[in-house]
Amino acid sequence: MDVTLPNQSVKGTEGRPFNASYGKMMMWFFLVSDALTFSGFLGAYGLMRYKFIDTWPIADHVFTHVPFTHTPMPMIYVAFMTFILIFSSVTMVLAVDAGHQMNKKKVTIYMLLTIIGGLIFLGSQAWEWKHFISGDKGAIQLNDGQIIQFVKKDAEGHYYQIGLKEFATHSANERVQHTKSEGIWYKSEASVPEVTLAQVLDGLKNHPEIAIKTENIDLAKREKIIVSGVEATKLLAKAKQVVFGANLKVNEYGKTLFGDFFFFITGFHGFHVLSGILINIIIFFNVILGTYEKRGHYEMIEKAGLYWHFVDLVWVFVFTFFYLV
Amino acid sequence: MAHAEKSHTALIWKVFGLLSIITLVEVFLGIKKYDFLYLNNVLGTSWLNWIFLALTLVKAYYIAWYFMHLKEEKKWLRRSIVWSAIFLIAYLSFYLLTEGTALHDAKNLLFN
Repeated sequence: MDVTLPNQSVKGTEGRPFNASYGKMMMWFFLVSDALTFSGFLGAYGLMRYKFIDTWPIADHVFTHVPFTHTPMPMIYVAFMTFILIFSSVTMVLAVDAGHQMNKKKVTIYMLLTIIGGLIFLGSQAWEWKHFISGDKGAIQLNDGQIIQFVKKDAEGHYYQIGLKEFATHSANERVQHTKSEGIWYKSEASVPEVTLAQVLDGLKNHPEIAIKTENIDLAKREKIIVSGVEATKLLAKAKQVVFGANLKVNEYGKTLFGDFFFFITGFHGFHVLSGILINIIIFFNVILGTYEKRGHYEMIEKAGLYWHFVDLVWVFVFTFFYLV
Repeated sequence: MAHAEKSHTALIWKVFGLLSIITLVEVFLGIKKYDFLYLNNVLGTSWLNWIFLALTLVKAYYIAWYFMHLKEEKKWLRRSIVWSAIFLIAYLSFYLLTEGTALHDAKNLLFN
């Protein structure tokens, strides 16, 4: 690393293309390549979304959870996450600024705040993943792979989604969870759904007011098409299984690909946040130990800052393409 | 470096304010989803989505220029970064999104 050379100052121009240090320039070109990786992912998302434009899940119906309340509120939680990340970007750039003035105390404080912001963001993402994976309402998958959800009309005539457990009959569940103590000791199975398909179909007979939200979108209104009566019966005849939550094979929100892209893109971004936090922690301790003060400049903060801002930059796009558009 | 540089704190907070306002506008529009913005189609998507895309690019500009200090870099370092990325990303997205529509049409032709 040329920054350790004693005869060169960081702002020196000799042998430096673009007047930038080697480390900083390489960080920039790494970020360009990383930006292309993320555009590949988001581009693939766009490709599949346009392919299934008339059946893709509507984000506002999926990401509605907010902690401490059960009222569905789209956008609020993800907006909070966005603010956390933007704010940690601000503290990072303040650390860079303090580094330019060789103010060790300020750099320490701002680095610490940046790390805390990153941890809050990661925690929020973990919470969101947990809710996405466990799900709450449940749905039924048909033989052709389509996911159907169940809705009811409220007093004003708007449809709202209801959970399978709210209307399924409570007949004795003949299926017992296979555990190691009550079965073949070397075999295990995924947890048995709390309600079975038979119970759901049985429950629907007693609740004629429940309609079915199909995957199909009315492109003029940009809303999911809701059917009831004969058409609903036709769909239910094709029912295959009860689905709760999400995994890579099936999810209760709609297209399997939607869940896969969600896990993959937000997961890859979350991994960037995680490595950013680790880098920031290493640098935080180096600041405390006085490494950069001895070196005579705080350029390392700037380089880590570039990475951290890039993570924020990517989130801005993920936010737009996953939650807004 | 031996000498201390001028502090940009005021500018940083200004940019933060701007980014926050843009995010709030996005969230507001995302919740309201006004029909006159949402229920139309201009070049493949609604006006609302074009607004979101434009606001996102404005945010990206401010993050890159002021937080990542691109503004203070040499002109050609900036260009080698921004132009490469913008050209390749625009190229990739144009073909992927066009192809997505083609896949959609082919699928509906075959299976509907």
